[in-house]
Amino acid sequence: MAEVLQLLISGVAQGMIYALIAFGYNMTFSTSKTINFSLGNLLMTGGVVGLLVYMNTKTGEPNGNSFFVALVAVVIVCSVLGALVYKVAVEPSVKRGSDFAWVLATLAFGIIVKNAVEQLWSTDDFRFSSPLGSEPLRIAGAGIFPQEILIIIVSILIVTAVELFRRKSILGKAIQAVSEDKMTAGLMGINQNFVILFSFMLSTAIAGVAGVLIAPLTFVSATMGTVLGVKAYGAAIIGGLESGFGMLAGGLLLGLSESLTARYISTGYKDTPGFVILILIILFKPSGLFGKKAIKKV
Amino acid sequence: MKFTCIAAAMISATVSFSSLAFADDIKIGVYGPFTGGSAPMGVSMRNGVQLAVEQINAAGGVLGKKIILVERDDEAKNERGGQIMQELLDKEHVVGVLGPANTGVANASTRYPQEHKIPQIINVSAGAKVNEMFAEFPENYVFRIAANDDVQSKMIVQQALKVSGFKKPAILCDDTNYGQNGREKIEGVLKGLGVAAVFTGKFKIKDSDMTAQLQQAKAAGADVVLAYGIGPELAAVVNSMDRIGWKVPMIASWTASMSNFTNNAGKNGNGTMMPQTFIESAPTTTAGKKFVAAYKAKFKEDPITSAVSAAQGYDSMYLMKMAIEQAGSTDGSKIRLALEGLKKPYEGATGNFKQAFGAKDHEAIKDENVLMGVVKDGLVVAPTKK
Repeated sequence: MAEVLQLLISGVAQGMIYALIAFGYNMTFSTSKTINFSLGNLLMTGGVVGLLVYMNTKTGEPNGNSFFVALVAVVIVCSVLGALVYKVAVEPSVKRGSDFAWVLATLAFGIIVKNAVEQLWSTDDFRFSSPLGSEPLRIAGAGIFPQEILIIIVSILIVTAVELFRRKSILGKAIQAVSEDKMTAGLMGINQNFVILFSFMLSTAIAGVAGVLIAPLTFVSATMGTVLGVKAYGAAIIGGLESGFGMLAGGLLLGLSESLTARYISTGYKDTPGFVILILIILFKPSGLFGKKAIKKV
Repeated sequence: MKFTCIAAAMISATVSFSSLAFADDIKIGVYGPFTGGSAPMGVSMRNGVQLAVEQINAAGGVLGKKIILVERDDEAKNERGGQIMQELLDKEHVVGVLGPANTGVANASTRYPQEHKIPQIINVSAGAKVNEMFAEFPENYVFRIAANDDVQSKMIVQQALKVSGFKKPAILCDDTNYGQNGREKIEGVLKGLGVAAVFTGKFKIKDSDMTAQLQQAKAAGADVVLAYGIGPELAAVVNSMDRIGWKVPMIASWTASMSNFTNNAGKNGNGTMMPQTFIESAPTTTAGKKFVAAYKAKFKEDPITSAVSAAQGYDSMYLMKMAIEQAGSTDGSKIRLALEGLKKPYEGATGNFKQAFGAKDHEAIKDENVLMGVVKDGLVVAPTKK
């Protein structure tokens, strides 16, 4: 029993991480029909910035700065990078009416960020101590890190807050409007360029926060975001790119399938079911589990 | 007209510079992962080689010439290994090659030095084919100074079953060439002793949660974990053990001595054992003690990121130098013959070598050169003798 609980906890924590990044894909997709493929590497940037502010890399212990300061720094750096990725990689290609140039451009942006971090900082893996301590709590025999509880709570909070913001606030409604119909929204006096820019900044800021949140569980390195970015994209497709709560479902499905497969089938096949589900979804329900309408896939 | 003059001047300058380099210097190629997850091994190895070159050049070089290093980053990518090796041999015309760290990279590149008849000393990779190459290349140009997987797996199993007296080993390995090669070797040694692993599991590079694997090992009743992987994932193994509240000792590949294991595992790393050719806090030779002091002074690292890689890199350069001196020439086949029959003994950082290599044995590190290191509070120390 404790064993199954342990697996579920692992799967849910991992799934929430996927969901947070997938949520970033969802946000830019819903406003501009583009996806920021550099999100995985921006998550890494969040982890690295958080590490530099919060930790002393020489001793592997916190350097005395508050965790909150690190979070603020990460949000600032990552939203600036979000604006940058939109300005240099997405806007030019959308303006020229190119359908897919932004795919390569955002991918390239991510690679540049990763290589820059490797060149300017380090290629090693660093320990990031959790502000909540590294001793696992025992619940019915299963161990859960306080950081994992934090990840689960923060993910749900962020997704709920953003969904509320979209539905209730003026700017949120503007985002909704742009996602429904750009032209009409423009005619209604909504500055769609600003809305799209804002959605990019918000999505990269969330990715950065995700980076800091998972850092205590995964170590911080220049390559920490690469695989996560790809898997979260899978989660986004499974859940349906258009739906915020679909991201949570997609992430959880992927996370749980990994931990259960690794335990009960084989550790070598742990990624397989997730991708099988992905293929089935693309074949039979291309808009994803929670997607509303047929959408263009890249 | 002016441009032509400048161009001509530039060309002649380049030509004279490169011919200068040929006339007065001996070029040695070094390749390894200087970026990416294996970088701690690659960079420490390169630093070790650089330190040796600096000392050799300061002492007058070799055959009256200075040694120049040609360094290339293989990024731990197999295909880069082959490309770099061709560049080193065809374009840079190196006299010898040192490196690399990754087994896959080594196996993708070692046939080029064989074909070009240029000696290579592998100084970190434990799984690369060395003596196995005699079958295809009776004149084998590939040598190694590193505890190969045979030596390591034998020591790991011996420590687990004979010294510590465990009965039910579980095997956990990463899914790279390196990890899987190690798994095969460990299984082989276990079989020789009539023992079977109670559980065999895999993990991927960058996995940070090993709960599933460990639960299976626990369910199978394992009393010790034998692991083959690199630092961060080995750290994830012991951290996950703590998480599921299951504590058995881990005996791992030599890579558990790297700082990315000791730092990331923290207190959970205590007690982890691994075979080492070199332990920074307890060098077995005088040369080893001097090496640690010189390395720390030059690179300002404490502890050395990967002391084993650094020491092996250092020794590989000295062995190459001794061979070139004995051959009295930079001809590849003469250097190979010299390496196979070094007349002088070599006291290196990793041990005393009466004769490092033989005509049919290109492995410098033997069982007796390797000791068990144990992690204690973030440092690798020699185990306390009973």
